[in-house]
Amino acid sequence: MALVIFIVLSVLCAGAVVAMIASRNQAHNALFLVLAFSSLGGLFGLLDAPFAAVVQVLVYAGAIMVLFLFAIMMFNLRQPVPPERKRLRAILGTGLAVILFAQLILAGRRALAEGSAAAAFSGGDIAHLGRLLFSDYLYAFEITSLLILAALVGALALAGKKEGE
Amino acid sequence: MIPPAAFVAMAALLFILGIIAFFVKKDLLTQFMAVEVMLNAGNLAFLALAKALGRADGQMVVLFVITVAAAEAVIGLAIIVLIFRQRRSIRTDDLKDLKG
Repeated sequence: MALVIFIVLSVLCAGAVVAMIASRNQAHNALFLVLAFSSLGGLFGLLDAPFAAVVQVLVYAGAIMVLFLFAIMMFNLRQPVPPERKRLRAILGTGLAVILFAQLILAGRRALAEGSAAAAFSGGDIAHLGRLLFSDYLYAFEITSLLILAALVGALALAGKKEGE
Repeated sequence: MIPPAAFVAMAALLFILGIIAFFVKKDLLTQFMAVEVMLNAGNLAFLALAKALGRADGQMVVLFVITVAAAEAVIGLAIIVLIFRQRRSIRTDDLKDLKG
C-alpha cells in the first residue's frame, strides 16, 4: 500500500515539475508547483516526518507559492512569453543535469551504505523535535528570527518604494 | 516498507528537473521557481537520510531550510519586482547589460 502511495506521489511530483518546464504561462507554472510541493508533502509524510509534511504544505504550497502568484499578478504580463529558440541551452542544461544525476546517485549510495545504524529515533516523535530545537539548535533557531526580520525589512526597503522614486 | 534509496533517487531526480528548468526557462520568475524545486529536492534527501540513519537532525535541518527558503523567496521576489519596474521586463534576454 505504501509503495502504491509512493509511486503515485512521485509521479505526480515529477510530472508537475516536467509540466512546469513545458508550460509557458507563469501562473500555470506556479500552480503546477503547488501540486508538486503538495505531493512532496505527502512523500514527507511517508518518511515518518509528519511535522515536516504539515510545514511543507502550509508554508511552501500555501504561503510561498501564493507569494509567487501575487508577484505574477503585479507583473501583469499581457504578452505571452515567445517560444524559446535556442536549443543549445536546453541540450547543455540536460547534459549537465545527467552528469549531476549520476553524481548524486553515487553520493546517495555511499551515504546510505555508511550508516545502517539502528533506528533510535522515530520521526513521529514531535516532542523530541521540539526539545532538540530549543537545546542543540537554540542558536540556529534564534539566528533564524533575525534572518526573518532582515528579510522583512529588506523586502520593504526594496519593493516598498513608490514607483519613480 | 519502501527502501530509503528510492526516496534518495527521487530527490536526485527532482533536483536535476530543477536544474533543467533553471537552464531551459528564460524568465526570472520561473527560474526562481526552479530554485525552489531544487531546495525541496534537498529537503527530501535530508528526510530520507534522517529516516535511514535513525537520527532527528535531518528533520531539524529541513525546518531551517524551509524557513530560509521563505526569507529567500521574499527577498528574491522583491528584487524581481524592482527589476520589472525599472526595465518593464523580467526576461533574461532583455537583461544583458554585462554582455560587452
